[in-house]
Amino acid sequence: MKRSFFSVVMLALVLAFLYVPILLVVVYGFIPNGISMSFFDSTGHFTGFSGKWYAMIFTGNMRLGALMQSFWLSLTIAGLATLISCAIGTTAALALHKWKSRLQSLHHALVYTPLIMPDILIGISLLMLFVACSVDCGFWTILIAHVTFCVSYVVMTILARLQDFDDRLIEAAYDLGAGPWYTFFHVQLPILLPGIVAGGLLAFTLSIDDVVITSFVNGAGTNTFPTYVSSMTKHSRNLPAVFALSTLMLLFTCALVGLSKLIARGQQQKAKGKQ
Amino acid sequence: MKDSVKSKKAEWLVTLPSLAWLMLFFAIPALIVLAFTFHGHTANGGVGEWSLSTWRELVDPDYPTIVWKTIRISFEVTAWCILLALPCAYAIAKMPKRWQAIVAGSIMLPFWTSFVVRVFAWKTMLHPDGWLQTCYHAYLHFKYWLFAWVQGAHTPVAAGSGNDCLIGITGCAIDAAKTTILDSEVAVVLVSVYSFLPFAIMPIYTAAEKFDFSLMEAARDLGAKNFYAFRKIFIPGIWQGIVSAVLMVFIPAIGSYVIPQMLGGTDCILIGNKIFMRAMQNRNIPHASALATLMAVSVFVPMGIAMWWKKRQNARDRKRLEVRTAQLMTAGGLS
Repeated sequence: MKRSFFSVVMLALVLAFLYVPILLVVVYGFIPNGISMSFFDSTGHFTGFSGKWYAMIFTGNMRLGALMQSFWLSLTIAGLATLISCAIGTTAALALHKWKSRLQSLHHALVYTPLIMPDILIGISLLMLFVACSVDCGFWTILIAHVTFCVSYVVMTILARLQDFDDRLIEAAYDLGAGPWYTFFHVQLPILLPGIVAGGLLAFTLSIDDVVITSFVNGAGTNTFPTYVSSMTKHSRNLPAVFALSTLMLLFTCALVGLSKLIARGQQQKAKGKQ
Repeated sequence: MKDSVKSKKAEWLVTLPSLAWLMLFFAIPALIVLAFTFHGHTANGGVGEWSLSTWRELVDPDYPTIVWKTIRISFEVTAWCILLALPCAYAIAKMPKRWQAIVAGSIMLPFWTSFVVRVFAWKTMLHPDGWLQTCYHAYLHFKYWLFAWVQGAHTPVAAGSGNDCLIGITGCAIDAAKTTILDSEVAVVLVSVYSFLPFAIMPIYTAAEKFDFSLMEAARDLGAKNFYAFRKIFIPGIWQGIVSAVLMVFIPAIGSYVIPQMLGGTDCILIGNKIFMRAMQNRNIPHASALATLMAVSVFVPMGIAMWWKKRQNARDRKRLEVRTAQLMTAGGLS
């Protein structure tokens, strides 16, 4: 097969373009001076790498109090939003898959539209709702907003999984005398579980990363990790800590993905062994 | 009969949680936004009486310029993304299957770090004392020097012209020193392309993966040059992927808020920033609502055109592509 030299070079350049900032996130986490954000002091001498930001994160230094607080809030909200949107999303996907009525076409439109709406429109419309109902913004409004934009992604992921689902399995379960609840929990749910987990992971990453919608509905003083970081200025003293924390998160997610790959491979081999 | 009533009841029961949630927190808020645009605003930041004053005021101040600028920048970003994504998707699709999965995965991997942190990394890189700024200066100096040289070569030599030319160069050099990438449109376009590029590569790649490359061989055998075959055979063959890619870039680009906020300074204020300013800082809620409505229109018009166009295409093919893209983009690591 003929391979185009030009396209391969372009691919290499684009990969470099995508990875340079990530690399710098890792490198910037080791900057000793958080004010100048440079590895060189005022006389131009190299100051070396410093692990003090990592030490501060692990010892729970008071200086990073607000940053860490926002980080834990992000994790809490992402976790809760994932649980709620998975529950709602699973029922929605089941309904969309099973019935084809006018109600479901309305339902489908309602689920699909948030996917093509820019974040900022979801943010402002929720803010308007809270203003119109004179609700005070805070933890709960952030949670509601996150569930709202996560649900659609969860539904789409599970629906994709449902397309491969063999509906005869349900009929078989009914024929064997199982009730609808039993069938759902013992037949349909286990088969759908990978789809639900994938949807949940997507919801978690979307929620923990969201800054636009949150900055509309967070109210005064409640900051998630992204809104806290975006409110930091270039000359905030703790900037390297943000990069160090992101490096840790990156390592954690890479480990998680690697682990899931290993488990999947192990299961495949086990299945092969059985055959 | 009784069975169908029971089934209807079950359908409502299963549909209700998501239907109610999205009605309450998505559809109704959207209607509230629309309703607020037909109100005036009060001095203390509230919503006034029913009137058309908001829509009338929308024509007057600098809003049309901002809307136009947002659309122009979105087009620029989309064009760059597609231009870069096409050769990349082509290169990936031509790789052996094992490598395809690895490279496609590594394109999505940067998304495992926080978006805001990546933008912040760019902000640090583009800082006026940073190395990228130095490169940019060198480039600008070279450009002005080239201009001056070309001009000098073309104008007949007259008394003092050499001097003028020199002054021209120094003047431009001073201009160049003042031109920073940070807080300018260049930074916004650059980082937007960086952020949205994977969303352009993925749909084009999923379309290219199914493309029959023997067609290109055939074209070459019939005497077509490489680029001609790419343009006439490959691009029409993956057209649906390109349409998806355009939408996946154009829509977030229109709604862009964080990137211009953090990197655009006062030079690059887009609709998103204006909405935030009006809603959160000036407390002019009707104006914010009207701008949001305008943004929704500029998203739904291209979306509608694309939908209409896609409807004419083979429906089954489309579905398969979308599912494959969704799987690739969502599942990421899980297989």
